[in-house]
Amino acid sequence: MADKHPHIVLIGGSSGSITVLQQILAALPQHFTASVIIVIHRLRNVHSDLAAVLSVKHNVFEPEDKEPIIGGRIYLAPQNYHLLIEANRTFGMDYSELVNYSRPSIDVTFFSAAASYGPNATCVVLSGANKDGADGTHAILAKGGHAYVQHPHLSEYTAMPESTLKKNPSAKACTIQEIVQNIQQTII
Amino acid sequence: MPQELTSELLKEIVQLIFERHGYDFRHYAEASLNRRMTRFLQISGTQPADLRYHITNDKSFFFWMLESLTVNVTEMFRDPMFYKSLVDKVLPILDTYPLLKIWHAGCATGEEVYSMAIILHEAGLLERTRIYATDINMANIKKAGAGIMSLEKIKEYTANYRKAGGAADFSDYYTARYDHAIINKQLTKNVLFSQHNLVTDNAFNEFQLVCCRNVMIYFDKELQNRVLNLFYQSLAPRGYLALGTKESLLFYDGMSKFEVIDDKNKIFRLKIDG
Repeated sequence: MADKHPHIVLIGGSSGSITVLQQILAALPQHFTASVIIVIHRLRNVHSDLAAVLSVKHNVFEPEDKEPIIGGRIYLAPQNYHLLIEANRTFGMDYSELVNYSRPSIDVTFFSAAASYGPNATCVVLSGANKDGADGTHAILAKGGHAYVQHPHLSEYTAMPESTLKKNPSAKACTIQEIVQNIQQTII
Repeated sequence: MPQELTSELLKEIVQLIFERHGYDFRHYAEASLNRRMTRFLQISGTQPADLRYHITNDKSFFFWMLESLTVNVTEMFRDPMFYKSLVDKVLPILDTYPLLKIWHAGCATGEEVYSMAIILHEAGLLERTRIYATDINMANIKKAGAGIMSLEKIKEYTANYRKAGGAADFSDYYTARYDHAIINKQLTKNVLFSQHNLVTDNAFNEFQLVCCRNVMIYFDKELQNRVLNLFYQSLAPRGYLALGTKESLLFYDGMSKFEVIDDKNKIFRLKIDG
């Protein structure tokens, strides 16, 4: 079953999300079956060690174009590309216009995951200062997937969680603890 | 908001475009093509179900759609470390050749070509180099040849140029006019801009360096393989191939013909027996 219906967990974040993300990743079990994909707003055209910063307990990989999406791995969307999820379970790169002032954009990855993973996609939206992620979460919920949002009261920057919750009344506002529990139930 | 563009309908539309107009998107990567098409549907206010009719009957609609399907985003000195690596690792070798030919495949509106011309100029190589810059889109070729860019982007380009190790005064390379910057004509006098379709056209010359960055990401593996073979046929012995930072030769049949010059910046070189 696990192979036939692999799950994917997408985590989107921007300003104020890195420490939260580190907490979430540290709480994940050593081994799991789903793939975890992180999309964080990042500066373009500068050197970045974000993958290393996030590789505390698990190795975090920046995928290359056409790389297969493997279960039990954590991936980070590379700088200066939109990260797409193909129906044949591979990564695609896209270097088109910024979306929500961002490349990578959370919406872009969420949209393509909704199309290719349908109800087996779960998304998480963390702290951030714009509305990226709100429309993508809508697409994931519309396909029968699940959505968890960092509670705005507990977010350093509230705009992203707030706009996601406003657009998606069925998305759940969660504490970090609840987000971790939900991800754990999904990925094992 | 338009209805969702299903995978099945997209495939039908792609087939129709090929049969009616001869443009071949059949081996484009689906997720990004779907994204482009969905975006076009939004901008044009078209419902997916009406696409077939418009593509068949409305020529101006079709060409508008065609322009929207290809990605033309580019910038000068994108990935500054790539240019630094070219300067440090490739140009000193190219300096040993009496004449140089470089192919920029999928050059969009030319910004990466101008960047290449600048580093060649600074290395004293531009005078003996001919750059063939090609793109599928004729509108891009015209724009690239004109060398006119938006002035508001120059600040970012200047910063990129500095990060790439550029030490000259970047403003020497363009003339500012109102809200535009015109690239210095001396930089592009050895550049030949022309139309070339990587999907259907063949090799047309032999090059010491083929540069094709972030073009093949829009293709599926099969088409990537075909295009990489085209580059292989277009390379002079010990020629260099430069790809985008998240592109690779991992899925290419002829991978063993190349050695890695810079893994991070995706610069490869034909082996002696390649």
